[in-house]
Amino acid sequence: MAKSSVVTKPRDILGNSALRPDGAHKVQGSFEFTSDLHAENMLWGATLRSPHPYAKIMSIDTSAALALPGVHCIITADDVPGKSTYGLISSDQPVFASDYVRYMGEPVAAVAADHPETCRRALALIVVVYEVLAPLTNPEDAIAGSFDPIHPDGNVIRHQRIVRGDQNISGPIVVEGEYVIGMQDQAFLGLEAALAIPDPDGLGLHLHVATQWLHEDLTQISACLSLPAEKIRLTLGGVGGAFGAREDISLQVHCCLLALKAGRPIKMQYSREESFFGHVHRHPATIFMRHHADANGKIVKIDARFVFDGGAYTSTSPAVLINGITHTQGPYKCDNATVDGYAVRTNNPPCGAMRGFGVVQACFAHESQMDKIAVAVGKSPVEIRLINAMVTGDPLITGQIMESVAPVARCITETDAIPLPALMGETVNELSLPGGSGLTASRSHIVRGIGWGVSMKNLMYSEGFDDFATARCTLKDGVASLKFATSEVGQGFVTLAPQIARSVLGVDEVILEPIDTQIGSAGSTSASRQTWMSGGAVDGACRLVRERLFHHVGKQHSIDPLRLVIDGTDVIDQVGTFRYSVAEASEGIEISETFEHHHRATEELDANGQGNCHTAFAFVAHRAVVDVDPELGLVKVVQIATAQDVGRVLNPLSAIGQLEGGIAQGLGLAVMEEIIMQNGKVRNPSFTDYLLPTALDAPDVVAVMIEEYEPQAPLGAKGIGEPPCISVTPAIVAAIRNAIGKNIERIPVRPQDICL
Amino acid sequence: MTVIVAKELTTALTALREHADARLIQGGTDLMVEINFNHVKPTTMISLRDIDSLRTIRRDQPGMLSIGSGVPYSIIEEEPVLSDIPALSQAARTVGSPQIRAAGSLGGNLGTCSPAGDTLPVMFALDAMIHLNTLDSSRVVSIHDFMTGVKRSVRQHDEIITSIDFPIVKGWQGYSKVGVRNAMVISVASTCLVADHENATVRIALGSVGPTIIRCREAEAWLKANHDLSAGASISLDIAGEFGKRAAAESSPIDDHRSTAAYRRHAISVLASRLLRKAYQ
Ligand SMILES: Cc1cc2nc3c(=O)[nH]c(=O)nc-3n(C[C@H](O)[C@H](O)[C@H](O)COP(=O)(O)OP(=O)(O)OC[C@H]3O[C@@H](n4cnc5c(N)ncnc54)[C@H](O)[C@@H]3O)c2cc1C
Repeated sequence: MAKSSVVTKPRDILGNSALRPDGAHKVQGSFEFTSDLHAENMLWGATLRSPHPYAKIMSIDTSAALALPGVHCIITADDVPGKSTYGLISSDQPVFASDYVRYMGEPVAAVAADHPETCRRALALIVVVYEVLAPLTNPEDAIAGSFDPIHPDGNVIRHQRIVRGDQNISGPIVVEGEYVIGMQDQAFLGLEAALAIPDPDGLGLHLHVATQWLHEDLTQISACLSLPAEKIRLTLGGVGGAFGAREDISLQVHCCLLALKAGRPIKMQYSREESFFGHVHRHPATIFMRHHADANGKIVKIDARFVFDGGAYTSTSPAVLINGITHTQGPYKCDNATVDGYAVRTNNPPCGAMRGFGVVQACFAHESQMDKIAVAVGKSPVEIRLINAMVTGDPLITGQIMESVAPVARCITETDAIPLPALMGETVNELSLPGGSGLTASRSHIVRGIGWGVSMKNLMYSEGFDDFATARCTLKDGVASLKFATSEVGQGFVTLAPQIARSVLGVDEVILEPIDTQIGSAGSTSASRQTWMSGGAVDGACRLVRERLFHHVGKQHSIDPLRLVIDGTDVIDQVGTFRYSVAEASEGIEISETFEHHHRATEELDANGQGNCHTAFAFVAHRAVVDVDPELGLVKVVQIATAQDVGRVLNPLSAIGQLEGGIAQGLGLAVMEEIIMQNGKVRNPSFTDYLLPTALDAPDVVAVMIEEYEPQAPLGAKGIGEPPCISVTPAIVAAIRNAIGKNIERIPVRPQDICL
Repeated sequence: MTVIVAKELTTALTALREHADARLIQGGTDLMVEINFNHVKPTTMISLRDIDSLRTIRRDQPGMLSIGSGVPYSIIEEEPVLSDIPALSQAARTVGSPQIRAAGSLGGNLGTCSPAGDTLPVMFALDAMIHLNTLDSSRVVSIHDFMTGVKRSVRQHDEIITSIDFPIVKGWQGYSKVGVRNAMVISVASTCLVADHENATVRIALGSVGPTIIRCREAEAWLKANHDLSAGASISLDIAGEFGKRAAAESSPIDDHRSTAAYRRHAISVLASRLLRKAYQ
């Protein structure tokens, strides 16, 4: 039956796997990352950093460095014309340290010179005399008040309690544990970079930067430079990953100050080592939890104490703390709780946003606890979680009612239905055993374990923050162009936004205008929020344009615009026969609309931690199968099965990418990724010693997308960025415990934790 | 910085003698990292990469495989090394990533001479001989005399490592390396074991658990004195366990950010006993 058939490529509308516009360039190496930028007459900038975790600066002498040929200028705290500090929540971090350095790697000065090597030599010639002080490194000392304040704002960044229900209730089952989470790095591959180009009149500048939030950078930069925001333009440079590490200011202010002082473009970029000092990390935390349950294993009450080590400056610690403690219960019903939470200041590196934002830490604790309850009542990990699974309408321990779609039980049962991987055969590829290419084990040395993790994660911003995103859509001659300031950090908004425009407007060609501050804020690319927020803004702008197009067409053809709809790439009359292509309909006209999408209002917590502080929630279940070499303590994660509550899949390829990537990141925290600290000093600031999972470490991922349309979300889709990395970590640890029959309460799990 | 790309060994040797601060570069996988971190600042680099004679594998004498110092790991992973010196192939496979293995070499592993260098325990277990040439002389040094400490060797500035001789041993041999991830990781502890069936001996060398590679002579002697080690002998779990303990006792590991001394010692005892069992399966 040889018949010719016309194969039409599916249009890249919502629901289809549209490809990333920058995908081929990235794979081929031709994508322009910010570190690839270049400007005529450009100088290089570099930062001098403190070698000490805590020291008093006695003097800074830059004269020898300034005398070095090729050096153009050197700046210190004295050269900051505006506000001397910055910060996302509390402006407590100096642009340059002037009196004290409070963590190893804190910026003290910056230099501009004709070559990176000149910069390096100049930095070596700057003489800083320090009086080295004993660092505060134990968070408990910060809480106890046993250490003099290391910052005028004190050593406790935030303390918050949650007190709910009956404070004295208990149950026949009581299990507890103290869980320790190590410091994880976001380890994005595209290092920090920026190019600042001063205006010819020297009164303003243009900064190209790899960031998560252009407008927030702008606000903080403008205050430090003492320049009105209109005098500063920010354009997003090519970003190679973020994961929270680009929310805070790193080199932005330094680069701008140097450019203004030198009167020439300045390029700055960090090395991998400097990057470890140049951005915030995931908070290390110690979490005590005690669960009281009835004889069936239903949770009666939770007592918990959280201590997050915020490091030297506030960054987003207050918000991370709230996220952590408000997720104490996980995705389970709980009526009574007593939670005490601290985020403290120490002389460790500042910690802030990282994918999962406080919930990762809480989840490791509550999921470890669920398994303990299961053992105590003789139930399986699946049974115990199903018995306690939360549903829409349940009150949280903050008193907030769960209004999001909450398919917790479905996530669990659908994950459970995914077939387990085949048992190891008699002959195995030794590379696939724990130990991998090190060939440390034979099949007979290996035991297999299975573990579970389920999580709840808030989406978008919390605690009364007016969170919004802005987008503009312009339709002209059948082509839509979109303008927004949404940072594309790899998550795929540049793929999604055109999909939205095609779906709403019936166009095929969509032009993305430069991502910069020439339009209103899009908010941060964080908190799993951009598909919901900027997606909502693009959708809103496109709908406004469509409405005007229908008016235009209706008027031209004397049809009630309310009868018009988009069908494929045509405007049609729902009740008549009229059909007109969008290209023709928009010929010769230009319709432009801007839309701001705000999510619903949230509230702050009261003294007892009560209040509607979160916007929405998403859920996910993970089941891990691991092979362990108990004698050597080595682990290979064989398979992760997952069912994730996504609302609606807008791009299947993008969605699975988020799930697989998140799972790899959660695996990293479970078994290898840790910034190792010793008395305030970072011991492993390199990819030689800060280990990330490789292809041989990555498990098979079998994923089910649970599509229950979320009515609150503009596109019905929930944020999917953070959930994949949250409960996979406890699932892997549970599987290790299951394999070796030993309790482990610290992550990452080290070989010696397993075998010694 | 001047880069001299030598096509002949003598060109490189001449340049080396003329420039007191010159550094040899083969794959560059160690040296470029050092330069990028500013640990070394050579003004002259002598590239060995185009010297064909350093990239050959020869079997001039019976029972001996001579591997050029510039042969990359990706070649060592394959035949003829795979059959003749399987432990070396295994060690080569554990080095870095495919990119690193395409560039890195035995000459560089010896030039750096780190206790974590993965091919060094194989050289120690096999009593490899290192060929060193200057413009007007040459010498052959046993690996046991070559490595003198952490990143220290007897190589003189004007010497180039040209090749390494490995005896082809009848029997079983293997290399195992523990790291905290399943590929591309610096060794936390490693072990090479060679069972020489003809001479009824077992030789074992340890990496990353002391300032140099450690040959466990006492454990080897104990094993030989107490057990039949010819082909077809059998090794019980108890013997293997005891051997592992004895090998671990000869190690002198430290605590650092990569691991602890206690874990390293434990890992050596496990690796040594597993390798021994495998050798007489
Ligand atoms: C990402 C990464 C992963 C790595 N993983 C591993 C690993 O798993 N295991 C491991 O052992 N190593 C590892 N290394 C280190 C390195 O790859 C090896 O030590 C390799 O053998 C070096 O060989 P090369 O040819 O690249 O040496 P080069 O860098 O060219 O040289 C290294 C040193 O040896 C000297 N040298 C080179 N050739 C000669 C010669 N013929 N005569 C005298 N001196 C010479 C050089 O002057 C220099 O001092 C890794 C390196 C990187 C960057």
